[in-house]
Amino acid sequence: MDNWTFGWTLALVGMSGTMLVLWILSLLILLIRKVFPVKPTEPKKG
Amino acid sequence: MESALVSGIEGLFLGVLNLGLGHVIMILIGSLLLYLGISKGYEPLLLVPIGFGAILVNVPLSEMMAEGGFIRYFYDIGVRTEIFPLLIFIGIGAMTDFQPLLENPKIILLGAAGQFGIFITLLLALALGFDKLDAVAVSIIGACDGPTAIYVSSKFAPHLLGAVSVAAYSYMSLVPLIQPPIMRALTTEKERTIVMGAVKQPISQTTKIMFPIVVTIFASILAPKGAPLIGTVMLGNLLKESGVVDRLKRASENEIANIVTLLLGLCIGATMEADKFLKAQTLVILALGFIAISLDTAVGILFGKLMCALTGGKINPLIGAAGISAFPMSARVVQAEGQKYNKKNYLLMHAMSANAGGQIGSVIAAAVMLSVLQGMGIVGQ
Repeated sequence: MDNWTFGWTLALVGMSGTMLVLWILSLLILLIRKVFPVKPTEPKKG
Repeated sequence: MESALVSGIEGLFLGVLNLGLGHVIMILIGSLLLYLGISKGYEPLLLVPIGFGAILVNVPLSEMMAEGGFIRYFYDIGVRTEIFPLLIFIGIGAMTDFQPLLENPKIILLGAAGQFGIFITLLLALALGFDKLDAVAVSIIGACDGPTAIYVSSKFAPHLLGAVSVAAYSYMSLVPLIQPPIMRALTTEKERTIVMGAVKQPISQTTKIMFPIVVTIFASILAPKGAPLIGTVMLGNLLKESGVVDRLKRASENEIANIVTLLLGLCIGATMEADKFLKAQTLVILALGFIAISLDTAVGILFGKLMCALTGGKINPLIGAAGISAFPMSARVVQAEGQKYNKKNYLLMHAMSANAGGQIGSVIAAAVMLSVLQGMGIVGQ
């Protein structure tokens, strides 16, 4: 594989892959927040 | 007796006789790193051991990095095996509070945009004639994350470890100087004065505990080669948030992180031997590192502008600059810059969200990179 094919492939897949993984993570955070909401009795921590 | 005496005296001067110009220059560079760390306060935890390691290894005949040498021993067990940066990651996870990110998860996308400098720099490095894996190691300076840069460069280009690490830590400490001009160049005064409303989303302790577990499972499955990076950061964060292993959390963020930082710094410094470091290539790496971090900032701000446009002007594009891993320095720079144009503007918590996103983003970007390299057959299965 020549350097340019390597570079462009890694750059494009890397950038879109990073964006995709983090976008899905943001959705997962929303999901966890919905599944485990703050309960009124729960002591605050951290 | 006479010849023995002469030999003995000669032995005393062997160091002086073997002292070359390269050694002198590297001892001066090591001293400069010490000066920057001690007098200027630039990343002293790393620059002091790195500077001292650079001096030690350039003392003629010291054989610090020769087989069986004092620092070589730590290098072989900690850097070559990639264990040291991973141990540091546990400490980073234990020290990081992801609450701002959990309150405002869409901001994590700025942490992705803040990594684009890595990939653009990769293309630049290839254009300048670097080998594939050398280019990967150089571009990872754009992660703005010392341990990630060390992990990747020690894996793919250990001969560049010294230059890459010094560039990564030096530029991270220069974030307050590098970012503001780029922020001003890419935003209008109107954008800089946008006031963002407070995000007061209550987060349950269970959510905080589940976050590192879910991230580890999900991100590691998607990018298995990056599992050690993601797993160690998230393990540290789980120790912090679980609340049941306070001793382990304290050990991770104090004793373990401190010991490893010292040894890692010494090892990095010891890779800066004159014959390996004093090359035109080192200057090119330093320049590319600067470009990488500048590009991270620029793309982060541009992405912030896009989010600003999509939300009808509710997001201040300046927070895009905090989508890098220099935590919390970059968030503070954003806060200071925002207040220059609107004294009543408090961007800190929003910038902290982006900055926490940048911390995860840098690790995810490296993990994705490693997995893509594996998929392309460039590195082993």
